[in-house]
Amino acid sequence: MAVIKLSEAKVNFIKEVCKSYGNKPGEVINVLHKVQGEYGYLPAEVQELVAKELGIPVSRVYGIVSFYSFFTMTPKGEHPISVCLGTACYVRGAEKVLDELKRQLGINVGEVTPDGKFSLTCLRCVGACGLAPVIEVGDKVYGRMTPDRVKDVLAEYK
Amino acid sequence: MINVTIDNKQIQVPEGTTILKAARMAGIHIPTLCYFELAGMKFENKPGGCRVCVVEVTKDFNGRPRRNLAPACATDCVEGMEVLTHSARVINARRTVVELILSDHPTDCLTCAKSGNCELQSLAQYLGIRDIPFKGEQSHYRQDMSPSIVRDMDKCIMCRRCENMCNNVQTVGALSAINRGFSAVVAPAFEQDLVDSPCVMCGQCVQVCPVGALTEVDDTRNVMAAINNPKKTVIVNTAPATRVALGEEFGMPAGTIVTGQMAAALRRLGFDYVFDTDFTADLTIMEEGTELLGRIKKFMAGDKSVRLPILTSCCPGWVNFFEHNFPDMLDVPSTAKSPMQMFGAVAKNYWADKMGIKREDLVVVSIMPCLAKKYESKRKEFYKDGNPDIDYVLTTRELARLIKQFNLDLKDMPCEDYDDPLGESTGAAVIFGATGGVIEAATRTAYEVFTGKPLPKIDFTELRGMEGIRDAWVDFDGTPIHIGIAHGLSNARTLLQRVREGKEQFHAIEVMACPGGCVGGAGQPYHHGNSEIIKKRTEAIYREDLGKPIRKSHENPSIKKIYEEYFGEPCGHKSHELLHTHYFDKSEHVEISE
Repeated sequence: MAVIKLSEAKVNFIKEVCKSYGNKPGEVINVLHKVQGEYGYLPAEVQELVAKELGIPVSRVYGIVSFYSFFTMTPKGEHPISVCLGTACYVRGAEKVLDELKRQLGINVGEVTPDGKFSLTCLRCVGACGLAPVIEVGDKVYGRMTPDRVKDVLAEYK
Repeated sequence: MINVTIDNKQIQVPEGTTILKAARMAGIHIPTLCYFELAGMKFENKPGGCRVCVVEVTKDFNGRPRRNLAPACATDCVEGMEVLTHSARVINARRTVVELILSDHPTDCLTCAKSGNCELQSLAQYLGIRDIPFKGEQSHYRQDMSPSIVRDMDKCIMCRRCENMCNNVQTVGALSAINRGFSAVVAPAFEQDLVDSPCVMCGQCVQVCPVGALTEVDDTRNVMAAINNPKKTVIVNTAPATRVALGEEFGMPAGTIVTGQMAAALRRLGFDYVFDTDFTADLTIMEEGTELLGRIKKFMAGDKSVRLPILTSCCPGWVNFFEHNFPDMLDVPSTAKSPMQMFGAVAKNYWADKMGIKREDLVVVSIMPCLAKKYESKRKEFYKDGNPDIDYVLTTRELARLIKQFNLDLKDMPCEDYDDPLGESTGAAVIFGATGGVIEAATRTAYEVFTGKPLPKIDFTELRGMEGIRDAWVDFDGTPIHIGIAHGLSNARTLLQRVREGKEQFHAIEVMACPGGCVGGAGQPYHHGNSEIIKKRTEAIYREDLGKPIRKSHENPSIKKIYEEYFGEPCGHKSHELLHTHYFDKSEHVEISE
């Protein structure tokens, strides 16, 4: 007997989401979208439960999670940082900003700081090319970023 | 019907026919790789991914040539279409496609388990590829080995036959395509080991894998070591379905019966005694049949606690499947062990005692058409003091390899008999190898025991056939008995769900995990999608039954003797100790944690 261990709140939330989509296998992407929206990531146990509720193999759920770059299995930090690597940001030096973030946080893209405060991801274009290069911390957008400004931005959240 | 011209040959095909199928009808060979069909068994894999089957459409629906080459497996014929399957352009494209596949494929054919049976290797030869012009990164994955199956995904070409088989034919759902682009591969969820996944070890993924990405665990070396050890007495038992398939590995036509030659070859390999799993198949009928009649009689007497239908439990893939998927019905299947595990229990207890051989000095080898049997032999409940009832399981394919290594050819072997007493069997036992066979064998015995009358006819043809789900009413001298049969696990799931929901009632249901039953098992010679081979083996099984002097399990003299000498009566105390087992809940459960 294999056991899926999850908190009661999580179990109830996931079951509720699945139910709201009629427990239909075809709605798996919408369900995962909603669940990741709530918890920031999709750990194995969550995928197991989604699979069980929708009556599909967990291998298929994992197939979807691993296929779409939007879905992630690594937890986000308290303040998720996204660096835009779209064309405009890239040519205006986004990579240098990213390198500086990596250096100061001591983590790579896709990782979380040991204290759980920050996580680092990349994305392609947030539609603010006029402000390039752009980073997001949580929902807040920082335009015209430079490696020198990284320290000040991070300080806002410490 | 529509008219198409393929390689200047005009043919008529029904609308909706693909170019590939039309070409096959016209006797024109188009090479394929990812495409796979098991005709008549509802399995067709055509992801259109490998592009090996591309053809040139020189005249399309609009009267003009099509600009791009078209995949023959996924393109339907249209009226007036003209197609070239082997133009210079096509051959060039095909070669490039295979060169690209090879650029990310290990070239260790010398030591690959699939060498000689590999469809990619054959294609490379067919296209005359002598070097691989594309050099670059290659994908590497962790090797994974379950008790039955070896996964070496470096060799995976993403044809997705295994995924299709696992999810659609078997509804096991252990495998899925994961990741994207260059990292895409077929794997269990979270890339966990197969043993930790819902895999039931039926091995049908191995049977359809075109390359060496999925193969069986090879136990031939262990068996050779045992035979080489003078301290060990090594005995062997052969499953019903092996005797109608082994010949194929030696160039004999499908459906050739090689029972006697196989026994002779096994003796020449050095086995001390050559026995037959058919003997314990007869024993299974005594136990399972008695259990069935017991339940039916109690049910008819008004006992509401009785669980019907009884489900057969000979097939280890099926046992795994219901442990994973029907945990609420664990008390429904027969508790009788499979014939192979009964053989192990009888050999290591009754026979070893009789011969004065110590358990640890006796090595029991099984020749099976099956990969799940390798796993079954390693289930903890079939061990005693750390020693398994069955030490090693070899597939039909592994046995063929051993025979060839010994410079023997099955064609030259004389026909020899099995050794006594664990070698005597009836026609009822041999039909265990085909779908419907176990329940037919059980019916032959149950009828006579229940009614006390001899069977009016031995052949229950209503229980035979290739339909995925079948059912029949059998008249037990005034008492109608409803029997269900399913082969292929999607069919088993459908049938069991009907029972679970109370939509249909049966007295007994037989399930075999593999399409066609054991004759189509994953340990059998590769059929490469030719379902005719499976049908021929099935016919041979019934021919072998017809040729047997005794065709009912309860009339087997050695079976009668073993009950007199040792077990007493079917389902008695001693039987329960040695011949019956229990099942485990392997499903996923949600547990609240804080």
